[in-house]
Amino acid sequence: MAKDPLRDLLHEPLSVINVGLEGFAGELAAQKVDVIQVDWTPPAGGDPELADLLAKLGS
Amino acid sequence: MQRIEEANQQAIERMVTGDPVLVDVIPAAEAISELKERMILHAGPPVEWDRMCGPMRGAVMGIAVFEGWADDLADAESKAAAGEFDFHPNHHFDAVGPMTGMTTVSQPLMVVENKTFGNRAYCAINEGLGKVMRFGGNDGEVLERLGWLRDDFGPALGRALRHVNGVPLKSLVARGLTMGDEMHQRNVACSGLTLRALSPPFVATSDDNEALAKALAFLGGNDQFFLNIAMAMGKSIMDPVRDIEGASVVTAMCRNGTDFGIRVSGTGDTWFTAPVEMPEGLYFPGFTERDANPDMGDSTIVETIGLGGFAMGAAPAVAGFVGAGAASEAGNYTRTMSEITLAENPEWTIPSMDYLGVPTGIDIRLVVETGLAPTINTGIAHREPGVGQVGAGVVRAPMACFEQALLAFADRMGVS
Amino acid sequence: MSAVIINAVRKGFYLDSVALMRMSRSLADLDGVEEAAMMMGTPANLQIMEDAGLIDEVGKDAGGGDLVIGIRAVDLAAAELARAEANAQLDAPAARSGTAETWRPRTMRAAVKEVPDANLALISVPGDFAIAEARKAIRRGLHAMIFSDNVGVEAEAELKREAQRLGRLVMGPDCGTAIINGTPLAFANVVSRGGIGLVGASGTGTQEVSCLISQYGGGISHAIGVGGRDLKSEVGGISTLMAIDALGHDAATEHIVLISKPPPAEVASKVLDRIAVIGKPTTICFIGASDLPMPDNATQVYSLKAAAQAALGLNDDNGSSLDVTLGSTLERPKIQGLYSGGTLCAEAQVLFRAADLAVCSNAPVPGVPDVDDANIGHRLLDLGDDQYTQGRPHPMIEPSVRDDAVVAALNDPDTAIILVDVVIGYGAHSDPAGHLVAVLCDNAPSDAPLVIASVTGTDEDPQIRATQMAKLRDAGVHVAPTNADAAQWAIELINAAS
Repeated sequence: MAKDPLRDLLHEPLSVINVGLEGFAGELAAQKVDVIQVDWTPPAGGDPELADLLAKLGS
Repeated sequence: MQRIEEANQQAIERMVTGDPVLVDVIPAAEAISELKERMILHAGPPVEWDRMCGPMRGAVMGIAVFEGWADDLADAESKAAAGEFDFHPNHHFDAVGPMTGMTTVSQPLMVVENKTFGNRAYCAINEGLGKVMRFGGNDGEVLERLGWLRDDFGPALGRALRHVNGVPLKSLVARGLTMGDEMHQRNVACSGLTLRALSPPFVATSDDNEALAKALAFLGGNDQFFLNIAMAMGKSIMDPVRDIEGASVVTAMCRNGTDFGIRVSGTGDTWFTAPVEMPEGLYFPGFTERDANPDMGDSTIVETIGLGGFAMGAAPAVAGFVGAGAASEAGNYTRTMSEITLAENPEWTIPSMDYLGVPTGIDIRLVVETGLAPTINTGIAHREPGVGQVGAGVVRAPMACFEQALLAFADRMGVS
Repeated sequence: MSAVIINAVRKGFYLDSVALMRMSRSLADLDGVEEAAMMMGTPANLQIMEDAGLIDEVGKDAGGGDLVIGIRAVDLAAAELARAEANAQLDAPAARSGTAETWRPRTMRAAVKEVPDANLALISVPGDFAIAEARKAIRRGLHAMIFSDNVGVEAEAELKREAQRLGRLVMGPDCGTAIINGTPLAFANVVSRGGIGLVGASGTGTQEVSCLISQYGGGISHAIGVGGRDLKSEVGGISTLMAIDALGHDAATEHIVLISKPPPAEVASKVLDRIAVIGKPTTICFIGASDLPMPDNATQVYSLKAAAQAALGLNDDNGSSLDVTLGSTLERPKIQGLYSGGTLCAEAQVLFRAADLAVCSNAPVPGVPDVDDANIGHRLLDLGDDQYTQGRPHPMIEPSVRDDAVVAALNDPDTAIILVDVVIGYGAHSDPAGHLVAVLCDNAPSDAPLVIASVTGTDEDPQIRATQMAKLRDAGVHVAPTNADAAQWAIELINAAS
């Protein structure tokens, strides 16, 4: 049977990509959980028309 | 979108499999058959006389005198204003040129052949620092040096190159990266490697010791000699990447001192332009940003292939020189540029970044999405013609070019 | 046994000798490899490789611009393995750089490149962008927990359908709490580990049940959040079903607890059917729902406290006796509940409803009127509801958003009892009890209503539950052991007074 990624999640150490509130990353880091913070900004500088195009073009 | 990913895959494949070799030096008229008298190729996207910046105009006047199309600079200026010269971008003729980027019939052009695809690209020989035509210089000293390059040095360099069947550039650049060059602001190592590779054939093909000594002293005394070679190399690598339907990879970035322009593989020959920005950087003693000309030149072709500002991590010394921050932060520039590129070059790697490959294949989608414009390392020209370089710095490609390109690309892909 | 030599040549492929030496060393360290080298094929290098017994017909004619891979191994299999490794190293994107301290990725794409073994994206960007980020995550092979709210239910359903096809779990949107493999995520508590797996469509519900299980001596295997709308018809319980499957196959999970608002009938039956198939003992708490037919392996309970007890096989002993003496304020007619946790508010409503007390709420459970329609009887408010948090932090993060309501209730001549929750743990305010106590001390008139509270959390949480309870008690607050007990105390007092 193929590996089931969801069951793997429950058995492997967490490695988290945190997009948004930095506090969550800080608390995970304090628990020695692997975490990387994304310095996120709205796509296309928040321009909804461009963001929509980007979504369709699959960037 | 699957077809975009596949087209981009092909674009990257072409970029990394390119095999550029510096093979020869030949007169421009021979290299570019369409090049005629009174035709002036310039850096950047198309621009006419009335919109040209000061240094570009100065260079046009100088080159017109040099080619014998005008009696003196004043005569050249009035002829230019009267529309007697035919202006075209270098990029439309397989060529590139630094700063003002003047290319005309009689100039010697270095030839880089991409052995994988058989195409050739051309760039004039670097004139050295100080008062030079690429910064708009046009006095007697400048024109005299151009004459020497045309009559003596160019032919000698061509003989030397033919004698060794050319100098492969990919491996030379790979070594240069490990020696602290990023191939835009710093070419010390690559220029030295070039001197090392060419000294024996220079000697072997010369029967005039005095001329030989002068040629080698010129080559050995010019830290930026390799820049023009890197530019022709960049053009030779990117031209086979043009016109891949569905590819969102940038194939050229350049500026004419007025506009910044980009071309994208999947949108044909269209230039997407926006007003060029002012570099931010450090100035030589006695100059300030008030003296600076806006960003200029075809040299951004080296960023297009992942060098220059994209390879800042290889050249910590440059980060300080261009005022980009601490040397230890140089790698951050490279890592940031990897956010807008599709791949890492497997052969051009940066030892101090654990052999990270230079960021390769600028994707307009990623540029627009992240809001991260390409970082360009650049020299800063004085706004008055003929003064020369007054500083060095970093400039960002204008985001508007990429937004326009994205709209056109989406349209071409049938997405609205 | 004689050694096998194999060569491979990459024409016109240059790498710096230092980089090649590093790769060569890692090849030579492979099992069964006697010697290995990767070098540019200059005459001098080819001689070195020849002397080392690493050159065969393939490599000997390589040029100076060609990369030569030479491997000598005990057998062909080992040699081939080493060659594959060499190719992989040459083609692999180079290792990440060492300047991660100062550099931060700007995008999910760059973050995944930086941390290729990342397995979960925790997303709390504004709702308009959360789905797009989650989609990037699942397409890059990550599971996603979406803390963000204000996401359209259609977008949620579409995302979850794609995630299901990809075998990736989406927790949320509006998922406040999860504990995966012992790690609390977002708003969660430090609970004991054990055999009970939670699936929660509600953040504070999951917090209360996991903390009570821990308090009663049990432990949690995982707590998987699914988001408040996962069991709506539009979404159809996609994440809930995936979570049940995962816990069903998880050896560490012996008992499953499902916590949610009452789902529509067709979703409920789908979920219950799945639980029957999984077969593990299961406790169902559809908070506010009436009796549903249960599969043989499932038990329905009606409060969070009962869920925790049922999961541990404990009898429904109330266990806590009221320590309050009746005062004059209990003559007043009204109880006001001011909750930061939505499910804690719902649990209280269920108990009031069961006691046949007239009650209204801004977030009513079935059978309880909306406060806007009928502001009658006792009033239990969820102050974390959207109407209170537009443009303001959630009261669990910033308890001061509850202050005005608390002060008004303290001074309301009709209010006999104030019910409050205090939720601690990761994500929550650093001292919510201390904040509440300060508000009470500064604003309570001499004839203030009785205040009954409970603290959702554990003594292992950063705020320490015992410390929080002590602060409340010292200020004269009556502290019940559970949220349900707090509500029950209020009900008994008001019944005794009337």
